[in-house]
Amino acid sequence: MSTFLLMTITGIGLGALYFLVASGLTLIYGLMGVLNFAHGAFLSIGAFVGLWFATSIMKEATIPNFILAMIVGGLAAGLFALIMEQLLITRLYDRHIDQVLVTVGVALVVGAILGGWFGNDLRLFPTPLWFLTGINFFGAIIPADRIIYIATAVALLAGNWALLRFTRIGLIIRAGVENRNMVNALGINVRRAFSTVFFLGGFAAGIGGVLVSVYSSGVSPLIAGTYLIYGFVVVVIGGMGSVTGSFVAAMLIGVIKQFANYYVTGLGDFVIALLLAGVLLVRPQGLFGKRIS
Amino acid sequence: MNALELVDVSVRINQAEILHGVTFTAPKNQVTALLGRNGVGKSSTLKAIMSLYSPTGSIKLNGEELIGKPTHAIAASGVAYVPEDREIFATLSVKENLSLASRSKSSSEKMGRVFEIFPDLSTRQEQRAGTLSGGQQQMLSLSRALLNDNQILLVDEPTKGLAPKLVTEVADALAEVAKRETMILVEQNLALVKRIAQKIVVMDQGKIVFEGTPEKLNDSVWVQSMLGVSNRGKHS
Repeated sequence: MSTFLLMTITGIGLGALYFLVASGLTLIYGLMGVLNFAHGAFLSIGAFVGLWFATSIMKEATIPNFILAMIVGGLAAGLFALIMEQLLITRLYDRHIDQVLVTVGVALVVGAILGGWFGNDLRLFPTPLWFLTGINFFGAIIPADRIIYIATAVALLAGNWALLRFTRIGLIIRAGVENRNMVNALGINVRRAFSTVFFLGGFAAGIGGVLVSVYSSGVSPLIAGTYLIYGFVVVVIGGMGSVTGSFVAAMLIGVIKQFANYYVTGLGDFVIALLLAGVLLVRPQGLFGKRIS
Repeated sequence: MNALELVDVSVRINQAEILHGVTFTAPKNQVTALLGRNGVGKSSTLKAIMSLYSPTGSIKLNGEELIGKPTHAIAASGVAYVPEDREIFATLSVKENLSLASRSKSSSEKMGRVFEIFPDLSTRQEQRAGTLSGGQQQMLSLSRALLNDNQILLVDEPTKGLAPKLVTEVADALAEVAKRETMILVEQNLALVKRIAQKIVVMDQGKIVFEGTPEKLNDSVWVQSMLGVSNRGKHS
């Protein structure tokens, strides 16, 4: 029982990291139809700026300092995403091939700059000691950092939900995901909503970058790649454009991967690939996506 | 005095020209009906006005050029659009659809007037728009357009696909709206057109082939035959 609990909760913790990457991806694709391969760069920028803030400004690894570093990393990634959207993506709406080329290019450039500047070796992220402790949960000793991942993902989901449900920009985003042209035809400049979504997507990925740094025991320009791939898998399984779908899919993937790896080391990725193929065959629009006729 | 003036408007999509030099005017405080068989370019003309297609030529709203402006700016300058397929936001509630469309800060008065015209919607404010009947969705689509101070209303086939009872309801609502608004109405239902339109424009193969009053249309046998209406039909 304790093993089952441990696997489930650590799986949810891993799923929380995937959700932080996928939530921005799904909104950006759902609203703007942009396949953003530079999303991993947002994660890297968040991680490195968070590292810089935690080591150069805060010095001491306490929980409040860590949360602050996470927010600063998120803001930096959000700002980068916004600048990228304004400078590059606004010129490429509805030009999907060009979007892929440009966003892949941005990802390569950011990776190369970070690699050239900091090197590709892992750099230890100052982690509060509490993160390294275990919490007894019905006999299962859960690593404390997983609680932070889960709490952050839930807070982000709740924040996203509140923004989409209770604000005018949220209303515009929800309507824009359904029908961009009609939002414009109502006299609303839907591109402002695009910029908001890009910022929020970058912010979530940046926060995810700081947490991934803790999970991976350090920061490196190379860590973003794996999480970006899983981010896309989450978006496809959850349904493009659905934040709730991404949350459910991320948790599902995290838990399944954790259990698969527990029974056969390295089996997790294979099982997730099978799950992806199964969803694409049975429900190509994803668990919460809408069928496109 | 004309609210909208189209001069030599053409639209090309994927090498094919779908509008060829469309020229007509829509007078202020009148309903101009745009008629023609399916596929002659009526809906495309409305889309060109809204800049949903990229037209060439000139489209002036009260003397101000619209070509080159983005869709949202055209709508904000007072052109309200009710599309052919309603295009309500299915996952949003009725109330959310309306509040999204309302650009005015003091919209409660207009909202009240809209609910007077469409009382069915006032009792369904919390209902998801996608679960409304076709007629109710059409009313919602029209309501969205009526929430702002419009210079002109573009209404595309509002009775398309509706049951006869709903056609009457929507027609009554349009007649009510027509008392206050300048409108371009694309419609196949000739009875409705003759009931509310003061001016008729007929299109064929992406061009304007007739422009005049409903009475002049009655006298024009060749235009009526082109629309598929017989002279016997007009007296029946």
